[in-house]
Amino acid sequence: MSAVASGSSGLGPGLGWHLKRLAGKLGFAFAVFVIVSPAILVMLWMLSLSLKNEVDNMAFPPVVIPSPPTFANFEAVFENANLMRYLVNSLLVTGGATLVAILVGVPAGYGIAKASAHKIAICILIARITPALSYLIPLYMMFQMVGLTGSLWPIFITHLVITIPIFVYVMIGFFESLPPDLEEAALIDGCSLWQAFRHVAMPLARPGIVVAMILSIIFSWNNFVFGAVLGGRQTRTLPAAVYNMLTFEQVAWGPLAAAALLVTAPVLILTLFIQKEIVGGLTAGGVKGG
Amino acid sequence: MPTAPPAGPNYGRNYLPFAYPALLITAAVIIFPWMFTLFMSVHEWKIGSAREFVGFANYIKLATDPRFLESIGNTLYFTALAVVLPIILGTAAALIFNERFPLRGFCRAIFILPMMATPVAIALVWKMMFHPQLGVLNFILSLVGLPPTLWHTSAETVIPTLVMVEVWHWTPLVMLIVLGGLAAAPTEPYESAKIDGATWLQMFRYITLPLIMPFVVLATVIRTIDALKAFDTIFVISEGGPGTASETINIYLYLQAFSFYNIGYASAVVVVFFVLIIVLAMVLLWLRQKSKWT
Repeated sequence: MSAVASGSSGLGPGLGWHLKRLAGKLGFAFAVFVIVSPAILVMLWMLSLSLKNEVDNMAFPPVVIPSPPTFANFEAVFENANLMRYLVNSLLVTGGATLVAILVGVPAGYGIAKASAHKIAICILIARITPALSYLIPLYMMFQMVGLTGSLWPIFITHLVITIPIFVYVMIGFFESLPPDLEEAALIDGCSLWQAFRHVAMPLARPGIVVAMILSIIFSWNNFVFGAVLGGRQTRTLPAAVYNMLTFEQVAWGPLAAAALLVTAPVLILTLFIQKEIVGGLTAGGVKGG
Repeated sequence: MPTAPPAGPNYGRNYLPFAYPALLITAAVIIFPWMFTLFMSVHEWKIGSAREFVGFANYIKLATDPRFLESIGNTLYFTALAVVLPIILGTAAALIFNERFPLRGFCRAIFILPMMATPVAIALVWKMMFHPQLGVLNFILSLVGLPPTLWHTSAETVIPTLVMVEVWHWTPLVMLIVLGGLAAAPTEPYESAKIDGATWLQMFRYITLPLIMPFVVLATVIRTIDALKAFDTIFVISEGGPGTASETINIYLYLQAFSFYNIGYASAVVVVFFVLIIVLAMVLLWLRQKSKWT
């Protein structure tokens, strides 16, 4: 809503015009404030809960600003010996699934873009449409039959369904926009298709790979349902572990908020730092994991 | 020997093998299990006991299962709200972010934080904020002179409460999709409309809206699919309760499979759920085709 000059006639804009323009600007600023405040308020309240002692957290009316702030909640979370294990689980699962997605997703995006194979693209993107539980139940049974339960393998394998489609989707868009001249030159010089991809197209696509990597890390890290269904006491990922704090331990708000903050903080910080790339990658379409 | 440069109508086929590994993994993790689901759905199968072939008995039981029928209603209620509200709010936000203003990049980064945040962690925070006695939201309501609400602890308010969290999470995705459409919109129609003295509302109605409609439809399709399969937020905040008041199909099938261990029955729920999703997606795509929004 750009403040359009209504232009009073005469020697230039009058006082009324200035007031109107100011009101328009203030109204716009207010609208911006309104749409960003829910995000900020929830995050700040999470921070506030995590820095208050239990007495203040249970006070009504609520204590807004922790005084003095305490780190006892974070200490309590870290004292939970298993947290480190869950952190390692999450890192292994997210890292592994993203790595495999780079290996198979980047070539797939390239092949699909080059062959305009939209049917294959739909087959892979079907993971984006279907509810996770529709394949989790049979997978759960199959993993049990094969005896893989109790290891991280089932969670890692299912996370591929999050990471690979993200890579395929982002990379199709990226390779479609890449001019083909250089690869064609390489092909004429006697490169195989794979060599042209590996040594010409892929280095050019590095920015796209980075965007896909970030999105794939974030959505794999955030995933809850795979870890909740397939994870055991030792093999949970962080989101499932945080949920378990709610059910199996005496519910104390401070440590719970601290744990929630620790899980989601890396993602939020990553988003803030590279929002431009993320926005670019996401606007390409409705990429979202799970 | 050097081959000819890419040419010919079928040349692209040579690139297909690049996609095979990804295709294979997707098929192994998703498509193969579906066939297993069909197999399980015609069995009486409890974890820990032998399976028994029962034909369509699970499906017949489903048709008269009041809890399942209620879950369909809950899912549709939740989905309708969780699609319409983010679409309206997200489109409005896209119009705002399409303007140039100081700190736009920073504000946009803040605005998209919710869709990147870990849903489970955020759901826990909302749950604490919803607490009827100690929660901050009822305190805020009291500040503006409104009566306290029971939020997720009452059967009447639980679904709107969950929708609120869903709206918080996914309005940014709608905003990004529509913003993509606005960025690609040409400027000429606006200029001539301004010359003709069109009001802002007229320009929105007759120029902007038709231009962004395909993107709004795309966002609607994506939102519908996501709302139908919403799980994390509902599971953490209300677990389908109180009672079964917020039990969506997804939650019901989780409970059948992993709380009651009725694997065969849960598989039948999956099949019906799946058909519902496909049908709704097809209807939306058909509407899109029919309106010639391509």
